[in-house]
Amino acid sequence: MSMVETNHKLWEIVGRVKDPEVPVLTVLDLGVVRNIEQSEEGIIVTITPTYTGCPAMDLIGNNIRKVLNQEGYENVKIKLVLSPAWTTDWLSEEGKKKLQSYGIAPPVGSTTDKRVLLGEFDEVTCPYCHSQNTKMISQFGSTACKSLFKCNDCLEPFDYFKCH
Amino acid sequence: MKNQSLFDYLLHLGDNSLILGHRLSEWCGHGPILEVDMALTNISLDLIGQTRNYFQYAAEIEGKGRSEDELAFLRVDRQYKNVLLVERPNGNFAETIARQFYFDSFHKPFLEKLQASQDEQIAAIAAKSLKEVTYHLRFSTDWVVRLGDGTEESREKMQDAVEEFWTYTADLFKATDLEREMVKEGIAVDVEQMKVPFMEHVEDTFARANLKLPDFEPMQVGGKEGLHSEHLGHLLAELQYMQRAYPNMQW
Repeated sequence: MSMVETNHKLWEIVGRVKDPEVPVLTVLDLGVVRNIEQSEEGIIVTITPTYTGCPAMDLIGNNIRKVLNQEGYENVKIKLVLSPAWTTDWLSEEGKKKLQSYGIAPPVGSTTDKRVLLGEFDEVTCPYCHSQNTKMISQFGSTACKSLFKCNDCLEPFDYFKCH
Repeated sequence: MKNQSLFDYLLHLGDNSLILGHRLSEWCGHGPILEVDMALTNISLDLIGQTRNYFQYAAEIEGKGRSEDELAFLRVDRQYKNVLLVERPNGNFAETIARQFYFDSFHKPFLEKLQASQDEQIAAIAAKSLKEVTYHLRFSTDWVVRLGDGTEESREKMQDAVEEFWTYTADLFKATDLEREMVKEGIAVDVEQMKVPFMEHVEDTFARANLKLPDFEPMQVGGKEGLHSEHLGHLLAELQYMQRAYPNMQW
């Protein structure tokens, strides 16, 4: 196989790893895999954390190593880089659709949108009934990346993947 | 060590987050309502994550094969360089909020400046942390307003709390020799200049919360140089217990 083909295959393999907290998303949907390179010492996968304290990051690194090992790639190194800092803008469009159907409202707009950063989340859509008449209950939800919302129409509580 | 000052500065940054993060973790399962319990522990998790970044880098700079865990768990109290404010006990909910509010009001403008550090890794950690701390400040500010502008009882408790911790804010803005040296190298933030944005936010919030700004000068300093209150020793006894009792144990 040529280098390009091999690299394509590596991305495909790494793309099988799911986010342990939001298992509908792959690590590629999430945008945490920054680079995959092959060197003489083996494969280096560069990942970036979503939130600094996110306990899923260690697991994601281990799972990437495991899946590559299973495919016969022995020496795998996981490199963690912080810069540029991860943003929800890196969530793929596909990923946003998956979140919505899983019952988690995807982040609204871009993180550069100041209104979102200031917490004026008035356009968050309920993932169940699609009403925009929703209310934030708590900025901090079940995991570091989510806020807790409630729909004023269907009354269901739901998670919102917050802009970051 | 060639980079002793950089190492010490990283310990200072990491210790602030570690000790405050540990204090907040003490709320786990004890929050006044479920959402607050989750918020405080979420903030704790962010802070401990930031600590890991600082300590991993510190361990690399030191180059003696010590790990982030050894830095967190195996130093003695005089070797911790956190500010006095963050080691204060949780007290009641208003007190926890007051401590958090003062720290966040300092931490956000501090990280905004630290993003421009000449040290690339410190700048990256700051940029990453800033996103999280923006949420922390919004949380603590909202609660200061809600309690201050709430019932007579909540206002009284909030007013007492902001008075109680006021004196410890001095430590945030008093630069040590180490910080001055690191400022000259373009690595650290000049904390004395942080007083202006801190005061702007505090005054604006207290006005909205119907709270009075304490009318005395903050005085307590020394944490950054290892001179701590008796509370840190008790905190460390709990924080370090497992590693002291069962050296090298792993989860």
